[in-house]
Amino acid sequence: MTAATVRVLLPHHLRTLARVDGELRLEVRGPVTIASILDAIEAAHPMLRGTIREHVTQRRRARIRFFANAEDVTHLPPDARLPDAIASGAEPFQVIGAIAGG
Amino acid sequence: MAEVRILVGTRKGAFILTSNGSRRSWSVSGPLFGGWEIYHVKGSPADPNRIYASQTSSWFGQIIQRSDDGGRTWHQPGSPEGPSVSGTGMPMGESNKFVYDTSDETGRPLTTHQWYDGTQHPWEFARVWHLEPSLADPDTVYAGVEDAALFRSTDGGASWHEIAALRGHESGPSWQPGAGGLCLHTIVLDPNNPDRMFTAISAAGAFRTDDGGLSWRPINQGLHSEYIPDPTAEVGHCVHRIAIHPGRPDTLFMQKHWDVMRSDDGGDSWHEVSGNLPSDFGFPIAVHPHEPETIYVVPIESDSLHYPPEGKLRVYRSRSGGNDWEALSRGLPQEHCYVNVLRDAMTVDELDPGGIYFGTTGGQVYASADDGDSWTPIVRDLPAVLSVEAQTVR
Repeated sequence: MTAATVRVLLPHHLRTLARVDGELRLEVRGPVTIASILDAIEAAHPMLRGTIREHVTQRRRARIRFFANAEDVTHLPPDARLPDAIASGAEPFQVIGAIAGG
Repeated sequence: MAEVRILVGTRKGAFILTSNGSRRSWSVSGPLFGGWEIYHVKGSPADPNRIYASQTSSWFGQIIQRSDDGGRTWHQPGSPEGPSVSGTGMPMGESNKFVYDTSDETGRPLTTHQWYDGTQHPWEFARVWHLEPSLADPDTVYAGVEDAALFRSTDGGASWHEIAALRGHESGPSWQPGAGGLCLHTIVLDPNNPDRMFTAISAAGAFRTDDGGLSWRPINQGLHSEYIPDPTAEVGHCVHRIAIHPGRPDTLFMQKHWDVMRSDDGGDSWHEVSGNLPSDFGFPIAVHPHEPETIYVVPIESDSLHYPPEGKLRVYRSRSGGNDWEALSRGLPQEHCYVNVLRDAMTVDELDPGGIYFGTTGGQVYASADDGDSWTPIVRDLPAVLSVEAQTVR
């Protein structure tokens, strides 16, 4: 099975929880999809489980969105292949918190 | 000399205020968990170095934080950096996993409760409102959550299991949320009886277990709430807070949505002790650490106007267990004051004379080291204060 090194940009609060600076570089085995990237994030940083998608249902939390190669891919099926630029590491996969005040 | 630690949860982080027993000067540390809503921070009575915090966000959900060194360092229990499975094979990263128990062995079906529009709505976990560490075991801690349910951890917060009989009470489908959500916000442990526990839910009411959580019953007899269809219903009251003196756990004091109430039979029956209060609407209620008949409330104008009467911030003290109240205003703003004091934002220390503390939605934390006779702000400009707890460290 092939493995790709994917770059991931997390929002500020999740970087703080995971105790990381800057981008993550994660090895993803098999097809590079939203689900496989989230699996890799949670395997490397178990404290992020439940913060991007729900523990049991695996549903994306409502105020989280995903961008890939400058496109909003939030509503792609979790197992849909992401653009080659993400799989090749040319562009980061971005996890974004919804804009809100307060 | 004793040290006092005040644990403050706010809308944008947690703060720890520390003083020696004189309580004249304070050091302020924080923000911890900056930018997150910290609903509650509470230390273990069995080990003051053990502190739990509920960290929440509408974006990223629930996080449980734990300190084992009195608040200097924190971690998510069960989630150190590194592998995702511990040496014992237990999955890590589950300290924020609050799943309603629907198992055949210990759980209850995931029923529904009433929604704002009168339809039935499935239970959905939103956040932990209140953390209540066990009186005897630092690794055992209870969590009161929204949508209303009670969870327990026996491994220092690394994993949580619902005490399902409460949500499974036959009245569960009739519970409905208040404006702040359907939340279990109050957990009171009986120091004389480890099997007895009191909880309060907005807007269902108070419940008691006498068998360690296996069964529960509503304890709302005597409550009268004009704002519900049947003012004396067994369930449906918006209880805001319950407090006891540890030396007299059968006497309970309650601040309800309206009315200050008292029970002398462990909640079996209640009577009103609002007496001469300028308003009997409010959120917190506290009992003096050494005088079981001395209690404190902060009257708020009304449920429509969530600020103090006349723009004057006054704590009211009764030294007779209710009915006769005196205003305590020395050191508190007596004009143009329109802050609120939330249900978990008032507490007492264990020193003598007693220390009383409360935080406001305007970001002030006030302290009294003389039973409430006079007050001094420890800090003035924090984010809105959600909770205040005191630790007396000897």
